[in-house]
Amino acid sequence: MSWQATIQALILVALLVITVGPLGRYMAAVYGVRQDASAPGDRVFGPIERLIYRVCRIDSKREQRWNVYALALLAFSLVSILILYALQRLQGNLPFNPTDRAAVTPWGAWNVAVSFVTNTNWQWYSGEVAMSHLTQMIGLTVQNFVSAAAGMAVIVAIIRGIARSNTRNLGNFWVDLTRTVVRILLPLSLVFAVVLISQGVIQNVKGYTVAVSIDSTTGVADQAIPGGQVASQEAIKQLGTNGGGFFNTNSAHPFENPNGISDMLELYAILLIPFAFVVAFGKLVGDKRQARVLIAVMAALLTVFAGFAMFAEQGGNSKLAGLGVDQSISTTQSGGNMEGKELRLGAAACGLWAGATTGTSNGAVNCMHDSFTPLGGASPMLHMMLGEISPGGAGVGLMGVLQYALLAVFIAGLMVGRTPEYLGKKIQAAEMKLVTLFILAMPIAVLAFAAASILLKSAANYQPGPHGLSEVLYNYASVANNNGSAFAHQDTSTRWYTVTQGIAMLIGRFFLIIPALAVGGSLAGKPKVPATSGTFPTHTPLFAVLVAGVIMIVAGLTFFPALVLGPILEHLSL
Amino acid sequence: MRAFIRQLRPALILAVIFTLICGVGYPLLTTAIGQAGFNDKANGSLITRGGVVVASKLIGQSFVASQYFHPRPSAAGAGYDGSSSSGSNLGPTNPDLLKAVGERAKAYRTENGLAPDGLVPVDAVTASGSGLDPHISIANARLQASRVAKARGLTVDHVQTLIRAHTDGRGLSVLGEPGVNVVELNLALDQLNP
Repeated sequence: MSWQATIQALILVALLVITVGPLGRYMAAVYGVRQDASAPGDRVFGPIERLIYRVCRIDSKREQRWNVYALALLAFSLVSILILYALQRLQGNLPFNPTDRAAVTPWGAWNVAVSFVTNTNWQWYSGEVAMSHLTQMIGLTVQNFVSAAAGMAVIVAIIRGIARSNTRNLGNFWVDLTRTVVRILLPLSLVFAVVLISQGVIQNVKGYTVAVSIDSTTGVADQAIPGGQVASQEAIKQLGTNGGGFFNTNSAHPFENPNGISDMLELYAILLIPFAFVVAFGKLVGDKRQARVLIAVMAALLTVFAGFAMFAEQGGNSKLAGLGVDQSISTTQSGGNMEGKELRLGAAACGLWAGATTGTSNGAVNCMHDSFTPLGGASPMLHMMLGEISPGGAGVGLMGVLQYALLAVFIAGLMVGRTPEYLGKKIQAAEMKLVTLFILAMPIAVLAFAAASILLKSAANYQPGPHGLSEVLYNYASVANNNGSAFAHQDTSTRWYTVTQGIAMLIGRFFLIIPALAVGGSLAGKPKVPATSGTFPTHTPLFAVLVAGVIMIVAGLTFFPALVLGPILEHLSL
Repeated sequence: MRAFIRQLRPALILAVIFTLICGVGYPLLTTAIGQAGFNDKANGSLITRGGVVVASKLIGQSFVASQYFHPRPSAAGAGYDGSSSSGSNLGPTNPDLLKAVGERAKAYRTENGLAPDGLVPVDAVTASGSGLDPHISIANARLQASRVAKARGLTVDHVQTLIRAHTDGRGLSVLGEPGVNVVELNLALDQLNP
């Protein structure tokens, strides 16, 4: 790798180290860490929030038990799915449709509605071909905000469950949702969108602008230059770890990601809130050391997977070397495996981005993962299969890693023969059953649907050789983890894929959130046990290693056989 | 069930409110700021010649005539189709990819007078992610310089100077990779000698 690529990675680390702390503390204050329930920005945001509560007749002081909190989330998700479905089906007859898009097909619309409401942003379609400007604006952009906010609200409720004792109340879903959007996501997005425009991301209300071709001999008389409200969607797409592109090629498109600076800023935005949430967690439970351990686990895994992909992609495709293609780094070219990559970004930056987008539930891409080298592509695939906890999606990432932390204390407890405890709460059979449910749901969805797709002749639209299996596996791993990135050569617009991938997205979202909320509810009801000399400490490097080990072993045991037949076999055929 | 139905009312009203705030207010406010503060960029960094829009600085275009620098292969529609961005998404061992790269390398060598076993820069024979990549590597541009110079009756040195003038460096000296903007370079050549 070039030294510039290493510096780029270090700049990303520096940006995060500087800003994650302040943002995390701000978020903790928004979610009510202060005794008097005041929060920064009350004067600006307070009136807006109170107006919203009044219109919706929400009693903001009234807290909910975990099951009511979950029902509120489910009701909100159901309503959102129905609205988004209707919007796509009717877009041909609605205004603000300058590119003249017709209605989306019924199964396609179902898939997209589920996709954006579950924060997956899986896209079987091409953004500029399928969606009207109105749908992008009042449908997709809105879900980018609220699906992220819903995930963030839920983890706040779970944290309250850990921090409180002898209560059944976890907070109010509507209040947490509203405060997340109004105080965190909207202000950050507005600033970020304007910065992106300054780099060249477009933001206008035009359809296509026709440019007359410069070379008159190409046989193509003109070029359609797209328009749209791209920067506003791009900002929340990254900050909310959504990942659904305005355009088909997502952040590889020059109008979504025009240069090296925008690339770095978007990469930073992907990781910002997930990491800041862990800081907020430390603040809310009143023990920063616990947050540090989780951040260390997340950062270590992210570094390994991103670094691996960077090396693999910069290393190039050895099949091309045999054809007299120069993939080396020099002063006149950045080299590497450039199929599916943008020259202004380079191969190493793609590897770095691939690590960040699959460690979170983002799924935005700045290059085409399907054309990665076999091992370069295995890295983001396995990274998703870990359950997206490094650092995971906004809110849901912390939720995932906490489940693994509970599993780790449980295993440690078994080894020493004591009832395991986490942050002063006894972890018992009820919690462990829920954790197990959470850990099993995603792999079952991935492996069962992938196996069925391989068995079904009608679903066999993947590429030849072991790469075909990689494609099917990657795509189900992506939807079942609510990621949304794709091995995109496969046509997933068919009835089989739109339906089953929609189901996998629902499993990935609600079989994570509902058991996790139930764990939170169960922990809230327990008393705090004072730590004794026999308590297994969960703020030490040893515990960090244990959590990381549990994560790797669970994913390894589950997915290694499939990975051998896909990317590893393909690598050996090089 | 009744508990669920009771939640549907706030769900529906809140969904409508957020549609107004996040789906109408926020994008329109962003558009207003963008149009006022960064008008050129917000509208796609368009380039006009004689009052006619001919390209965007950020979006590549097809060039096939020998007096133009040629961009990277493109999988967007028939090539550089701005209304359907796309990569090839071919896997690294897919025979179709290897066949296409082999053929492109052969054509590139013939076109630019390289030896039959000469090394070809990787960007010249691989399709970009977006299919709209406006850049080629400096190595790729330099190899095309003598062909373009000959077709236009310019000296190779003159063309090399233009390449340098239209090379975009890294952002803040470290971010991204340097590349030659094919659209701007070809427009500069046309202005010099149409």
